[in-house]
Amino acid sequence: MKRLSGNREMLLVVAIVALVALIALRFPPFVTPGNLVNVYNDSSILIILALGQMAVILTRCIDLSMAAALALCGMAAAMVNAAMPGLPIPLLILIAMALGTVLGAFNGLLVWKLDIPPIVVTLGTLTIYRGLIFLLSGGAWINAHQMSPAFKALPRLNLLGFPVLSWLSLAMIAIMLLVMRRTPLGRAFFAVGGNPHAAVYTGIDVGRTRFLAYCLSGMLAGLSGYLWVSRYAVAYVDIAAGFELDIIAACVIGGVSIAGGIGSVAGTVLGALFLGVIKNALPVIDISPFAQMAISGTVIIVAVAVNARSEKRKGRVILKKAEATHG
Amino acid sequence: MKILKTLLVTAAVSVALVANTAHAETKKIALVVKALGIGFFEAANKGAQEAAKELGDVEVIYTGPTSTTAEGQIEVINSLIAQKVDAIAVSANDTNALVPALKKAMDRGIKVISWDSGVAPEGRQMHLNPSSNPLIGNMIIKLAADNLPEGGDVAVLSATATSTNQNVWIEEMNKVLGNYQGINVVATVYGDDLADKSYRETQGLIQSYPDLKAIIAPTSVGIVAAAQAVTDAGKAGQINVTGLGLPSEMAGHVKSGASKSFAIWNPIDLGYSATMIAYDLIGGAEAKPGAELKMGRMGAVTLDDNNEGAMADPFVYDASNVEEFAKIF
Repeated sequence: MKRLSGNREMLLVVAIVALVALIALRFPPFVTPGNLVNVYNDSSILIILALGQMAVILTRCIDLSMAAALALCGMAAAMVNAAMPGLPIPLLILIAMALGTVLGAFNGLLVWKLDIPPIVVTLGTLTIYRGLIFLLSGGAWINAHQMSPAFKALPRLNLLGFPVLSWLSLAMIAIMLLVMRRTPLGRAFFAVGGNPHAAVYTGIDVGRTRFLAYCLSGMLAGLSGYLWVSRYAVAYVDIAAGFELDIIAACVIGGVSIAGGIGSVAGTVLGALFLGVIKNALPVIDISPFAQMAISGTVIIVAVAVNARSEKRKGRVILKKAEATHG
Repeated sequence: MKILKTLLVTAAVSVALVANTAHAETKKIALVVKALGIGFFEAANKGAQEAAKELGDVEVIYTGPTSTTAEGQIEVINSLIAQKVDAIAVSANDTNALVPALKKAMDRGIKVISWDSGVAPEGRQMHLNPSSNPLIGNMIIKLAADNLPEGGDVAVLSATATSTNQNVWIEEMNKVLGNYQGINVVATVYGDDLADKSYRETQGLIQSYPDLKAIIAPTSVGIVAAAQAVTDAGKAGQINVTGLGLPSEMAGHVKSGASKSFAIWNPIDLGYSATMIAYDLIGGAEAKPGAELKMGRMGAVTLDDNNEGAMADPFVYDASNVEEFAKIF
């Protein structure tokens, strides 16, 4: 198992390097260090979101409402900032993260206590959260000049060659690595998704673990909400529309199994980076917009196909006879 | 004697009364908006009041539902019919739903026009568009060219590759490209009206075309994202981001220098013109294909086969007026 996921991450690294090399052939400036920093920076929000999604998918759930939660938290942060420009930005980020956690907890409670299928819950909350943005803002935009300079400056602030946005994503990667590898919660995510029945027997509360996974994804969506609005200096109802699919795609490409229980932080980060490289390269290599969509789609299907193959080797048949009789 | 005196007095009084009513018969023009409390329409009302002042014998009734529903507008229209207004100028919440109510109004001799957001042809005498595709196509390239006396490379950042409006405008722009010497359109990219994709496409343009002088974004999401990307790349002032946007959304980017100017319809002119046209119709002008209706200081509008007309070029906003309009819409 360990060897397999290691292989997959190596495969992704090779794929990303090959991709970058290919792009460089067509557009050499793409590989300048400055541009590569830009590409990473641009992928940062996707990385943070994909890490949250990974936790949810690991527990055999899915969070379709992430982009909507991001937009709602982003709008809330922007509106608070517009109303109270003096409020310190770190406090504002905490508010956005707290709001995101609440939104995630709402998803989690519905999945946990009411036992509604996660895809249905989050499909519903996706629309609810988008609707809430409209109610909150009345459909109005919060524009660049309404945001305080500090609000916009933080993610752009350059520290040791990297913008703060990149540093934040690196910090999140480190924290998630720690959580997944070194905490009972991280192990529980894997256990719940890998075999929920067995997890119960080891004393893990499956529903509660899923709830916590949703809280985590909501919190990261809240953080990303601030980052998004600040980076693009605009907040409106439709920000990050459709982005939930990119987030899930990043996880899938990164080797997180939709069936739960399989996945890694490194794979997810690489999956997000892979998408980030493609997204940043397509505009400079002069490909028609229709081909762009087809390329993104193909990559996802190829990744899922590779996943399906590796998942097949997951179990080991120990009762040949029983399998034969079941036919 | 007494009878004669009474008769004389009565006659004098009635003459005076008749003369008085004839003199002071103000024409009531109702400006019906999608919903009250929207800055854009408040501005249109400002224009309508300006027209009323200019005309003298006009009272503008500014009204509309409290939320943008067709039902609300139908109620408003019915009450205007009961008030016997002379004309109704409506920005419709629904193309078809208002038709029966407006037909009823026309049956009672009320002149009906639509503006901004149109009504189906059978429900109005004419429709006033804020601008026309050829005018918009010309304006967006003119905005770029006006700041490039020596010419240079410009790129277009559109919405999706399939959005009808943007494609028509870009097509119209390409038709008149020859009139702008030295302006090369080097690329057309699509930001899909998503802030992040538009931002990334702009970064791509900056990298691919180091000599880029202007980005034309005929979409309100695109123009804001492009302006932000240009600012972040440290190119504000070198690459001019222009196109179609709203003053409230663009004010910050004009201030930062990323955008020198951009265009969109002026709601004040729109309300003014709608009122002027309604007045012209009350005065006996007929709305039929090919007719010219007077719009006061805005000139005249010529109606096409669908009885539609375009008011004017999109209005240009720059550092001198953007702050003022940002408060409106």
